[in-house]
Amino acid sequence: MSTLSIDHVSRWFGNVVAVNDITMTIGPGVTGLLGPNGAGKSTLINIMGGFLAPSTGTVTLDGQPVWRNEEIYRHIGIVPEREAMYDFLTGREFVVANAELHGLGDKAAQRALATVEMEYAQDRKIATYSKGMRQRVKMASALVHDPSLLLLDEPFNGMDPRQRMQLMDLLRKMGDEGRTVLFSSHILEEVEQLARHIEVVVAGRHAASGDFRKIRRLMTDRPHRYLVRSSDDRALAAALIADPSTAGIEVDQAEGALRVQAVDFGRFTALLPKVARDHGIRLLTVSPSDESLESVFSYLVAA
Amino acid sequence: MYDPTVARLTYRALLGRRRALILGALPLLLIVISVAVRGLTGADDQTAADVLGGFALATMVPIIGVIAGTGAIGPEIDDGSVVYLLSKPIKRPAIIFTKLIVAIAVTMVFSAAPTLIAGLILNGNGQQIAVAYTVAALVSSIAYSALFLLLGTVSRHAVVFGLVYALVWEALFGSLVAGARTLSVQQWSLAVAHKVAGGDLVTSDVGLTTATVLLVVVTVLATWYAGQKLRSLTLAGEE
Repeated sequence: MSTLSIDHVSRWFGNVVAVNDITMTIGPGVTGLLGPNGAGKSTLINIMGGFLAPSTGTVTLDGQPVWRNEEIYRHIGIVPEREAMYDFLTGREFVVANAELHGLGDKAAQRALATVEMEYAQDRKIATYSKGMRQRVKMASALVHDPSLLLLDEPFNGMDPRQRMQLMDLLRKMGDEGRTVLFSSHILEEVEQLARHIEVVVAGRHAASGDFRKIRRLMTDRPHRYLVRSSDDRALAAALIADPSTAGIEVDQAEGALRVQAVDFGRFTALLPKVARDHGIRLLTVSPSDESLESVFSYLVAA
Repeated sequence: MYDPTVARLTYRALLGRRRALILGALPLLLIVISVAVRGLTGADDQTAADVLGGFALATMVPIIGVIAGTGAIGPEIDDGSVVYLLSKPIKRPAIIFTKLIVAIAVTMVFSAAPTLIAGLILNGNGQQIAVAYTVAALVSSIAYSALFLLLGTVSRHAVVFGLVYALVWEALFGSLVAGARTLSVQQWSLAVAHKVAGGDLVTSDVGLTTATVLLVVVTVLATWYAGQKLRSLTLAGEE
């Protein structure tokens, strides 16, 4: 059981602040590091993995510093985002080399290859692998020494749904075994499916932390905006505004549509079809107008 | 210090198909030139010294050194795959030391061995010329490997800087500016070669003691500094 402690960590590159005074504790189980692209997730993971010095602050694993401490890698497994990985080797040669660098042998390598179900392609050159296969061999290389902390940078990028499911199952298993697993992602659904605990980073700042349900609620409880077209916009507007789940309605003459702001997401989505039916109004368009991840994140930051 | 796994990975990267072709081209050219010269002019000590000094030691050895020295680590740092070495409980200076040994071995094989063969073809080792230049190639292989390994660790444009050093500094400035010759791996190795050959066919602008001290100091310093650089190497993400 390992705990990774990030204590008041900042990192800047010249004038650009990539990570801004972040403090978090990552314990056993699967944690998702969520944030839009460019939020500083990779920088943070590089700092956690000891590949980048924090400008200020410290990162420790069970009290041991990770920066400039090669011995720490006996406990850390790393799955980098970048693709490059000695393409001229076969999958098996690559994982064996990683095992040897840990002072382990073929047995550990073979076990890791079995864990990621890559034995069938282990004698092919890595250069011939698909993205998902590469990802699994990277996983195997990170698992050879049975680490207590696993860091994965955008592990699901470019994977097809089946590969994604497989990797999720594997990570879930690792978490259930008591390992500390941290993965980064910019896709909310990915994180939600896999992580019980979520850390949200936006624009280099630590925006939210906690149980995914809590964060999901934060995200769903924000005011939602919808664009609605119907057979009778004004009648629909009048009926909707009578319910407390609706905060405001604007009749957009140019668009020929209603702009509705809902406060209670769940209640509003149930209310809208019901109201329409009761008043004999046909709904032509219902589209959320601010579902982009950026708006979700910016709401979280403001909250 | 020496890690056989790091060495194996480095050898395989260095001797991959494309790089091995480049590494093999210059030695092949040297042999071809030697055969042609011998065929056209017959065995002549001065000619042998000119070819070995002018082409083998002044051009081929440093270029092979650049390819092997920077190639032993540069591409890995460039594409980020060095992370698989760095995320292991291995001292970073040990990684550098191992890669240095590999770079030296490759440079020696691809530069000193062809120099000896070319020398034998040119004048059958008359006046110890083949052996003297081979020793010079061996000695300079060590210093070049250390210098260019350091360059590969600190710069993304290591090959360019390496070639500029090897060709412009060593070859051009070395022949124009007297002071530059004192700070030239080629001259240091020539001092050692002079000792081996004895006569006046192999000469250096630097005394043997100075040359030896400088060779050792440069090799040790470059290796130490490369180890320090690797310790604080940061892997910037793709962001």
